Amino acid sequence: MAQLSFCRRSFSGRSCKNFTCAPSPSHPQVQPYCIVTMATQFTRMLAGRNTAAVLASLGAGTLATGYLLTDSTAAAERRMLYPPSADFPDLRKHNNCMAASLTPAIYAHLRDKSTPNNWTLNQSIQTGVDNPGHPFIKTVGMVAGDEETYEVFSEIFDPVIKDRHNGYDPRTMKHPTDLDSSKITSGVFDERYVLSSRVRTGRSIRGLSLPPACSRAERREVERVAVMALSGLKGDLAGRYYSLGDMNEREQQQLIDEHFLFDKPVSPLLTSAGMARDWPDARGIWHNNQKNFLIWINEEDHTRIISMEKGGNMKRVFERFCRGLKQVEQLIHERGWEFMWNERLGYILTCPSNLGTGLRAGVHVRLPNLSKDPRFSKILENLRLQKRGTGGVDTAATGDTFDISNNDRLGKSEVELVQLVVDGVNYLIDCEKRLERGQDIKIPSPLAQFRR
Amino acid sequence: MPFGNTHNNFKLNFKVEDEFPDLSKHNNHMAKVLTKEIYGKLRDKQTPSGYTLDDVIQTGVDNPGHPFIMTVGCVAGDEESYEVFKDLLDPIISDRHGGYKPTDKHATDLNFENLKGGDDLDPNYVLSSRVRTGRSIKGYTLPPHNSRGERRAIEKLSVEALTSLDGEFKGRYYPLKSMTDAEQDQLINDHFLFDKPVSPLLTCAGMARDWPDGRGIWHNDAKSFLVWVNEEDHLRVIAMEQGGNMREVFRRFCVGLKRIEEIFKKHNHGFMWNEHLGYVLTCPSNLGTGLRGGVHVKLPKLSTHAKFDEILGRLRLQKRGTGGVDTASVGGVFDISNADRLGSSEVAQVQLVVDGVKLMVEMEKKLEKGEAVDSMIPAQK
Repeated sequence: MAQLSFCRRSFSGRSCKNFTCAPSPSHPQVQPYCIVTMATQFTRMLAGRNTAAVLASLGAGTLATGYLLTDSTAAAERRMLYPPSADFPDLRKHNNCMAASLTPAIYAHLRDKSTPNNWTLNQSIQTGVDNPGHPFIKTVGMVAGDEETYEVFSEIFDPVIKDRHNGYDPRTMKHPTDLDSSKITSGVFDERYVLSSRVRTGRSIRGLSLPPACSRAERREVERVAVMALSGLKGDLAGRYYSLGDMNEREQQQLIDEHFLFDKPVSPLLTSAGMARDWPDARGIWHNNQKNFLIWINEEDHTRIISMEKGGNMKRVFERFCRGLKQVEQLIHERGWEFMWNERLGYILTCPSNLGTGLRAGVHVRLPNLSKDPRFSKILENLRLQKRGTGGVDTAATGDTFDISNNDRLGKSEVELVQLVVDGVNYLIDCEKRLERGQDIKIPSPLAQFRR
Repeated sequence: MPFGNTHNNFKLNFKVEDEFPDLSKHNNHMAKVLTKEIYGKLRDKQTPSGYTLDDVIQTGVDNPGHPFIMTVGCVAGDEESYEVFKDLLDPIISDRHGGYKPTDKHATDLNFENLKGGDDLDPNYVLSSRVRTGRSIKGYTLPPHNSRGERRAIEKLSVEALTSLDGEFKGRYYPLKSMTDAEQDQLINDHFLFDKPVSPLLTCAGMARDWPDGRGIWHNDAKSFLVWVNEEDHLRVIAMEQGGNMREVFRRFCVGLKRIEEIFKKHNHGFMWNEHLGYVLTCPSNLGTGLRGGVHVKLPKLSTHAKFDEILGRLRLQKRGTGGVDTASVGGVFDISNADRLGSSEVAQVQLVVDGVKLMVEMEKKLEKGEAVDSMIPAQK
């Protein structure tokens, strides 16, 4: 594989002459992204932890138990005292993707490596060690600290990705990116059933560490880059930013009432991964004046982008989504920044479950008859859809209204996934109407997982 | 080490102003002391095990605190933290421990014979007596920082040491992760079991990582001497019993501690201690003796006296509810213990508890008889 230089963004936002080296959807002809970095001022030795030997500093009177050695010797000593087998986590009671794939051999091979930002395997898996999981729900159990995590620790991330994304093999497959919303057909639903439509995804800013790893300055930089770009949006996308820390009570209540405000994470899945550090510093919400295009800054990802509206016009929601995303990308390009993306994994996000498109397209839909039919779950499964309560993930449905969205994220493009949701929801509504009329319904044949 | 802030050198590419935390809404010792100057001076340093300034202060950044209660807002990751980051920790220690200076020396006295009295607290009022402290084992990093391998090594060594005890200290170890349901219920009924920390003060400092790996409880057969392994400190040592014989509790505490220390020393892993800070523990508030000696005592009348809090202050005591720190009292029963940790010895601190509680019980009895107690209010100790 060609060894390309990976260009880290300069932190003042000046564009770098190596800008076009890394591939992006607008430059797909560039060869696959390779993680081996040049010795830029931001490259760190990949040899192991604690390799920042020069900067260890000891005060007077510290103890002579070997700690007066230089840091790299101390680090080597510790590694000898505690071989990987001493540190291997006890995963016998665990049920998550990380625990299913991590072996002592893989751990031994990866434990002493680190990314250029000094992020380690132990940090990636901490959330999966701390949260054994649920017998019925398989969580992912690991997170990325930066873009390079997926390369340096590919030995564990690749099998986890394969497990989570139904056999998608990052070593051999390519992920398609397609944000051309004009391709969507039949994207307007019957509003007697569909109450609202929504599409969300995430985007990470290349060159800055992800939420589990980022320092306060990096997080503030993400905020600065994103807010600057968003302030350039015009027309129906023009809007404003509300910083979580500076919000007044009236603004806060308004955002709560509109269901826009996000809270400090309480889920241990997120807090164990360090994503709530320094809250609410550099966190905020941006939305357009029409209140149908919304960005979360520095929650679980650098940015979460949401397009939504009441009613059933999914095509318009997706059109605005694609247009907004493209404009934001253009605005950050103008200042020398870009999104994390590569051909193997698509858009790079904090959680491996959101790789690829990071896209969840869904509706709130009333299905009073269908939801009581014993075939409902199987129909959803074959359509590659999932149901949630109207409060989002881990909530129960109230009444007969469900949140129905795509299962998949990686291996299918945005257009394909939205079309899948459109076709699937139309099918569900058709079933509902048939049951209303006393007619029978059919379980559809299962859709293919992804194109090979 | 395990938390996200350890890519220290990478952060040095940003200016101090960009990395400095926003402490405008904070009320803890760390927020009061930390300035951009101190931050700038210390942020390129690490201890030999890799603990950094941001690791030290993370819990204080994440937990702004309470308008009325001053938390410490920082932790140590290893013994060297107190040296490498002394520019931040010395002023915090001074604030927290009554003006203790960087040049002061701390006296350790675990000779229980030096305690006067303490065996005659009225059991009609004093329901139970307890002394606890913490100990850190030299050569290992502390709970906010240690790896699974280290934590397990600490557990192994501790269990070896404890299970070699005999006589009144003969007992057994219950590892948290392999406890049976029956054992768990028993330990809960005995009020011995500790839970995975939920307080964000502890979780933000990384002390709940890998739970329950490497954690456990040891107690003697008589259930009067108890050791927690790898909770907030390497070891928490507790002696307790029903009734008011604080002297006996302190004797058992001192004897047991000394025995344990000897065994650790034989393995070349004595306790972390130095002349200036006494016993070194995770939280700066527990430096010195790390000792909290206290009783559960019935003071329904005295506790409603207008000068109750002032009396406690003068006696150098503090009150808590019977559920421990941050709980309310129930039925006029209070947990009364020493307020100091650093700058006075174990004997001196337990002496304050013994003398102070004796006095307050006498005051309670006077109030029961309808007599005034103003003449009994003590001078500042």
